[in-house]
Amino acid sequence: MVEWTEQERSIITSIFGNLDYNDVGPKALSRCLIVYPWTQRYFASFGNLYNAEAIKTNPNIAAHGTKATYAELSVLHSEKLHVDPDNFKLLADCLTIVIAAKMGSAFSPEVQATFQKFLAVVVSALGRQYH
Amino acid sequence: MTSLSAKDKEAVKTFWAKACLKAEEVGADALGRMLVVYPQTKTYFSHWKDLSPGSAPVKKHGQTVMGGVAAAVSKIDNLTAGLLSLSELHAFTLRVDPANFKILSHNILVVLAIMFPDDFTPEVHVAMDKFLAALALALSEKYR
Repeated sequence: MVEWTEQERSIITSIFGNLDYNDVGPKALSRCLIVYPWTQRYFASFGNLYNAEAIKTNPNIAAHGTKATYAELSVLHSEKLHVDPDNFKLLADCLTIVIAAKMGSAFSPEVQATFQKFLAVVVSALGRQYH
Repeated sequence: MTSLSAKDKEAVKTFWAKACLKAEEVGADALGRMLVVYPQTKTYFSHWKDLSPGSAPVKKHGQTVMGGVAAAVSKIDNLTAGLLSLSELHAFTLRVDPANFKILSHNILVVLAIMFPDDFTPEVHVAMDKFLAALALALSEKYR
C-alpha cells in the first residue's frame, strides 16, 4: 500500500485545487499525441489528428474524459480500448511537463517528486486490471 | 528510435539559441531535481558533501553536464563521432548505467518547460526529446 505524508497530501490537493482541468487536460493529451505520435492509434475515430494544429483544435480531444472509479477505468482501458499500459507513462510525463510550464518555479523539486509519485500510483492503478 | 530529421535539427538549434543563455541554470536545476525525484541516482555522487538542489557541487556539475549538451547541439549532424570521448568517459571511467540518461533527459525537459513555457511548444518538445535520446544513444556507444 502506498503511504502519503501530510506534506505530500497537501501538495497534491493544492496542485489539483488550482488546476483548470479544461485547459490542462486537452493540452496534456494533445502534447502526448504530438510528442509520442504512435499514441494516436487509440484515437482513430476522433477525426483529424494529422498535425499539431489539428490535434489542438479537435473537439473530440477537448471533450475526452469521464468520471469513474480506477477499477472501472482500468477495465475500460484494457478490455474496451486495448491501450498498451506503457502509454499511461507517456501521458503522465506529458502531464508533468504541462503542469511544470503552468506552475513555473513553484514546481520545485519536492513538488515534482510528489506529483510524479502520485502519477505513478495512478498509472499503476490503471494497469491493475489487465490480464 | 529514429534519427533526427532536418526539421528536428532546425527546431533544436532555434530553441537552443535562446535556451543556451541559461544553460548553466538549466543544468543545475535539472541535476538537482533528478537527485530529489529519483533518489537512486544519488549513488553516483556519494563523494559529494551536499546533494541538495542549489548546493555548490550540484551547481558546478550541472554546468559541466549542460556544457556537454551544448557541445552536442553543435555536433548534431554526427553525434556518435562528436561524443566519442564523452562516451568513453561514461563507459570506462564513470560507468553510469545508461538507463539514467533517460532520467536526466526527462528532468532537463521539465526545467526547459518551466523556464521557457511559451517557447517549449509540443513541436519543440518532441524535437528536444528526440535530440536528447540521440545524445544518450551516442553516449552509450562505447559501453559494449
